[in-house]
Amino acid sequence: MIGLEHYLTLAAMLFVLSVAGIIINRRNLILLLMCVELMLLAVNFNFVAFSRYLGDETGQVFVFFILTVAAAEAAIGLAILVVLFRNRRSIAVKELNTLKG
Amino acid sequence: MNLMDYLIAAPEIALLGLICVVLVADLFVDNENRVRTFWLSIVSLAVLLAVLNATAPDARSVVFSGSYVSDPLSQILKVGAVIFVAISFLYARDYLRANEIHRGEFYTLGLIGLLGMMVMMSANSMLTMYLGLETLALSLYALVAIDRDNVTSAESAMKYFILGAIASGCLLYGISWVYGVTGSLQFHEISAAVSADPSLNSLPLWFGLAFLIVGIGFKFGAVPFHMWLPDVYQGARTPITLYIATAPKLAALALTLRILVDGLGALHETWSAMIMVIAVLSLLAGNFIAIAQTNIKRMLGYSTIAHVGFILLAIFVGTEQGNAAALFYTLTYVVAAAGAFGIIILLSRRGYEAENLTDFKGLNARSPWFAMMMMFLMFSMAGVPPFVGFFAKLNAISAVVDSGYTAIAVLMVLASVVGAYYYLRVIWYMYFEEAEDKAVLQASTDTKMVLSLNSLAVLALGIVPGWLLAMCIQILG
Repeated sequence: MIGLEHYLTLAAMLFVLSVAGIIINRRNLILLLMCVELMLLAVNFNFVAFSRYLGDETGQVFVFFILTVAAAEAAIGLAILVVLFRNRRSIAVKELNTLKG
Repeated sequence: MNLMDYLIAAPEIALLGLICVVLVADLFVDNENRVRTFWLSIVSLAVLLAVLNATAPDARSVVFSGSYVSDPLSQILKVGAVIFVAISFLYARDYLRANEIHRGEFYTLGLIGLLGMMVMMSANSMLTMYLGLETLALSLYALVAIDRDNVTSAESAMKYFILGAIASGCLLYGISWVYGVTGSLQFHEISAAVSADPSLNSLPLWFGLAFLIVGIGFKFGAVPFHMWLPDVYQGARTPITLYIATAPKLAALALTLRILVDGLGALHETWSAMIMVIAVLSLLAGNFIAIAQTNIKRMLGYSTIAHVGFILLAIFVGTEQGNAAALFYTLTYVVAAAGAFGIIILLSRRGYEAENLTDFKGLNARSPWFAMMMMFLMFSMAGVPPFVGFFAKLNAISAVVDSGYTAIAVLMVLASVVGAYYYLRVIWYMYFEEAEDKAVLQASTDTKMVLSLNSLAVLALGIVPGWLLAMCIQILG
């Protein structure tokens, strides 16, 4: 029987995977954007699981809002990526190093 | 839900309508007449202030099925946010025009960010808080990147975006756990659930709380979640830095007070330890790293981190006195920050960005009046009496002492002494060094007047701090 804890474990694994992806990845900014999306989806998993467990719909409503915001966030992220690429001709994470101190 | 609900939320609804008007009107304005968009935005903000004044709440009222709260705390923060957004628009106008990035988007994004802040200030549920936070954050990412051809702007926008998205993710993950444990998203219900059943106050809720604090730390810019702050302050064009450094700090305070005090006040023992650690780290790291900076925007970024340490330490003690001190500190710090970035904007001109500390050399010879204004602002930030920064620090320290944390209070005093060094260095450059750049300062009369009033306010508030402090205590009492 699949219970609440299985869903929570899956969500925690996805969350850790996305954080690890952001920290370890030094090559490509698009992968970073994908990790950010994965992070929000992990949270959605948590909300749906808790919502089902509690028998309360608020959590599922929250998921719809997170999905909408995630779409807006991806749009802004890609827009900034395009600006960055136009200026530097590169989207490598390790080259984001002009600001230091 | 009835008509009364809409009346209580009238400020946000009015602002949304005004944003649509500015957005459409800007389409009919060409680049030479962009200043019309500026005036329309200022008129919109004045209308908004009138609406806020007309709907000023006497007591706490919770509407929209418990998602929205209107109380004196939201009122004072909203009035502050509207005023500081208007000030940042005014300081930005001439700079943006001179640097040929005077676009209508600056004003519309600024107003949308203000809408996000106002929603955060009135949030009574995690959902409202999250939506307000994202409205603010998404407009700030776009604002930082508004100078499309500038490499550092693009880079700092990308860093801000990635770290901001991680912060939102952590905050949401924390919210999901708090929701799972307490079964509600509304702050008063979360608080009631924890008080009713003390067994909820255990590991799963603490786990969620830790993620909430990571999110709050990121948004406030507290160490060790501060990496974005100096880069964004330095990389963004100065008017954008001014915008980010002022009103959003009030929203971050609302985020902290609403979630930690209204929602999870019963868990004070647990969160106060976590807040204390990040606050002390911010205080030390902010002040020490600021000494090593040569770029004034970056230096003020680290100084912000140190001030955030003070604000969080006032919240950490968990008393009404501490919360009132945090509110007073934030309101007055934002006045000084607006003035300081305003003077950096004043020193810049077409094709020349004043951003190094050495640009302040000999300012006294170029403009004795604005050198004196900058001196007032630096003294206030350093906490020299009789400027208002002194009373802000004094209140925060006395709140900490009154709760019995003498060691932390001593640390706060020592950190302020270290901090005084880099503020006084700016004053030394202005008065005792020869100017490298002798160009005359150019600015419109209205900018000069508001900038002078803004700087004199730190002196005036310092001479008569009593009324504002009494107001803060009354609001949070």
